[in-house]
Amino acid sequence: MKHQFDVIIVGAGLAGLRAAIELGEDTSVAVLSKVFATRSHSGAAQGGIGAALGNEEEDNWEWHMFDTVKGSDYLGDQDAIEILVRDAPRTIYELEHLGVPFNRTPDGKIAQRAFGGHTRNFGEAPVKRACFAADRTGRVILDTLWEKCLQRSIRFFDEFQLMSLIVSEGQCHGVIAYELASGKLHTLHSKAVLLATGGYGKVYKTTSNAFASTGDGLAIAFRAGATLEDMEFVQFHPTGIYKLGILISEAARGEGGILRNNEGKRFMELYAPVIKDLAPRDMVSRCILEEVRAGRGIDGKDYVHLDLTHLGEEVLNTKLAEITGFARIYSGVEPIREPIPVQPTCHYMMGGIAANADGKVITDSEDTPFLGLYAAGECACVSVHGANRLGCNSLLDTLVFGRRAGKEMRRHIHTVGFSPLPANPEKEVAAKIAALMESNGNETGGPIREELQEVMMDKVSVFRQRSGLTEALEKVRELQGRYQKIAIQDKGSCFNRDLLDAIELDYMLNLAEVITLGALTREESRGAHSREDFPDRDDKKWLVHTMFRYSKEEGPQVFFKPVTITRFQPKERKY
Amino acid sequence: MKCTFIVYRFDPAVDKEPRYQEYMVAAEPTDKILDCLNKIRWEQDPTLSYRYSCAHGICGSDALMINGRIELACQKLVRDFKTANNFVIEPLPLFKVIKDLVVDMNPFFEKHRTVRPYLISDEDPPEKEWLQDPENQKFFEPALACILCGACTAACPINRSNDKYLGPAALLRGFRYVADSRDTATGSRLAQLDNEDGAWGCKSMWWCTDVCPKSIPVTKSIAQIKRLIKEEEKRKTAGS
Repeated sequence: MKHQFDVIIVGAGLAGLRAAIELGEDTSVAVLSKVFATRSHSGAAQGGIGAALGNEEEDNWEWHMFDTVKGSDYLGDQDAIEILVRDAPRTIYELEHLGVPFNRTPDGKIAQRAFGGHTRNFGEAPVKRACFAADRTGRVILDTLWEKCLQRSIRFFDEFQLMSLIVSEGQCHGVIAYELASGKLHTLHSKAVLLATGGYGKVYKTTSNAFASTGDGLAIAFRAGATLEDMEFVQFHPTGIYKLGILISEAARGEGGILRNNEGKRFMELYAPVIKDLAPRDMVSRCILEEVRAGRGIDGKDYVHLDLTHLGEEVLNTKLAEITGFARIYSGVEPIREPIPVQPTCHYMMGGIAANADGKVITDSEDTPFLGLYAAGECACVSVHGANRLGCNSLLDTLVFGRRAGKEMRRHIHTVGFSPLPANPEKEVAAKIAALMESNGNETGGPIREELQEVMMDKVSVFRQRSGLTEALEKVRELQGRYQKIAIQDKGSCFNRDLLDAIELDYMLNLAEVITLGALTREESRGAHSREDFPDRDDKKWLVHTMFRYSKEEGPQVFFKPVTITRFQPKERKY
Repeated sequence: MKCTFIVYRFDPAVDKEPRYQEYMVAAEPTDKILDCLNKIRWEQDPTLSYRYSCAHGICGSDALMINGRIELACQKLVRDFKTANNFVIEPLPLFKVIKDLVVDMNPFFEKHRTVRPYLISDEDPPEKEWLQDPENQKFFEPALACILCGACTAACPINRSNDKYLGPAALLRGFRYVADSRDTATGSRLAQLDNEDGAWGCKSMWWCTDVCPKSIPVTKSIAQIKRLIKEEEKRKTAGS
């Protein structure tokens, strides 16, 4: 089936929906999502969204900018970070005007709380910068934006899987999508495509991410000629529920929660004397694992305690209601009386499709645009998070850059007409699906996925070193080989999860290779990338973005791009 | 330990009638029911279809009938059931089955749309935020926990006899906007809900509240709509 829209947005999380709202009033736009829109993973964001409103105490955007730059371990592009933080207060007021039900101060303003790495006066002490709606901030923003889209009668293609981009002469003209309910292919012809497909934490065994977070948009764009950037930077959030990886928001520590080792000691005092438990996530995750290595994990195991018992029932049941519930349901722990067992969990991908601050996908270090193709949100790398993202900056990123991409696409579509589609645009995708469905290979996806997630967790997570990374790269490539012999057992065409799992696995194998290659290439430690064989940051050699280009013959190829530094020169990162 | 799963199956391409299929699953007491379904699909039968995504009770994809009661498959663990490790898994009632445990949620979202689930204000927004009394925000805050999983509406006995009834989820969203001090369409919202297909359709049977996986006081919220309708009437009568 064929459809035509000025703009196709892939992904119905915050970045995609914010772009849709920007375009919806006067542009024909369709939003395509592999899950129903409100199931998007933005909804799992808990603690808050950062903006220097100064509602609770003095704050300004320069402090927010400094914190973001320092949090990024100086790898974030400072021109883009400045756009992000300066636009933050406007973004919050816009959300509030759309109806987002933020918590309030006693005098009726938007309430704010402390979050990791956010400080006053360039690192002096924690500052209350996170705007929040209890600990379901992402969920209420997602609902509000989706409902605004309903009001604007924006067309949704829910439960449609992106299969490929229609590209000819270096320009994107739309997408091919697979309808889950019917198994039919659809051609969506457009003047612009925005990829807002989110992260790919499912590459790892322990993750806070949804099953849907498999990086489809990135892998498809990569193979179609887009560049991936800084893929080795993977955020492990320090407080995932032990064994499960379900997130316990940083807001728990923002409200006063304390990490303790098996001696009951508040160990973050030693590692980050100024801001302690509110140090950035990369540091806290490493500190937890250092404690475990030193034999101070709880019961000699690989977890520590997150102690909220002193916060009181009122705070837990109101400001941290969701995570309190998670602890009760999944750990069987009553957080009012007992500490929660936590360990680092794969949470966020700093890397992504290289894009500029207007959402344009770029293909090289000279910022040459991929015409007609845009990216925003977690799947993109602008880069505002550099080597480590601060909590509260991802929701902000999706909204600021989703809106900007929307504006840029509106400008673009008024300057061009629809290009004719190539003949039979669905052909390749149809052939790929047929090959999978008819394959009589002797492999199934389940074990390949499990082995992938295990090797990435063991060798390419918080601490890395050459030998492990080399083993991981070999293993991933071996799995890619086995994937060629995969067979689909479900031969049906209605909600065929077997087929979709296999398609997603292909993307995950591709991205795992790129992450590992980047980690092996970067011989230094910066932000979330911690090489035990290169423990120091090396600005002389490595203050550069790692860029990846896809070659069909030779796989991913690495090159580099300078970092943009405007206001803050790199210095040692201490908290 | 060994668990028996009796799972509702229906493939419109093959089956005339739904059937039940039995699977043996080796599960831990702490496994989620969703984990068990995944084990079935990954290790035994890849043809089983069901929806899921976040796997921790926030996306709202996996509301199912588990041992005759509506639950989120990702929020219930094996140890939560006293059914001798036997489980019966069925799709949400009320909705049409598309395949196996996947149901057609379109009618649910159509009703959601009719309550105008967005802020309506005839005031120009201020430069900064609208001020809102924290007590007002607290008043409707419980309704914000809704994840649109459909459990309440699927459970509601009124929906079974009156398919025009908005149902608890849509009414809950209606309440959220009626109660929000920033919204200026309160009068027309209440008028829209002032009938048997709206708030008065609710007979306070509490089934919605009972099944809500987010423990939202759904029935009470609908009762608040009824109260506000009556207050509005009194105000009008007093004014005329």
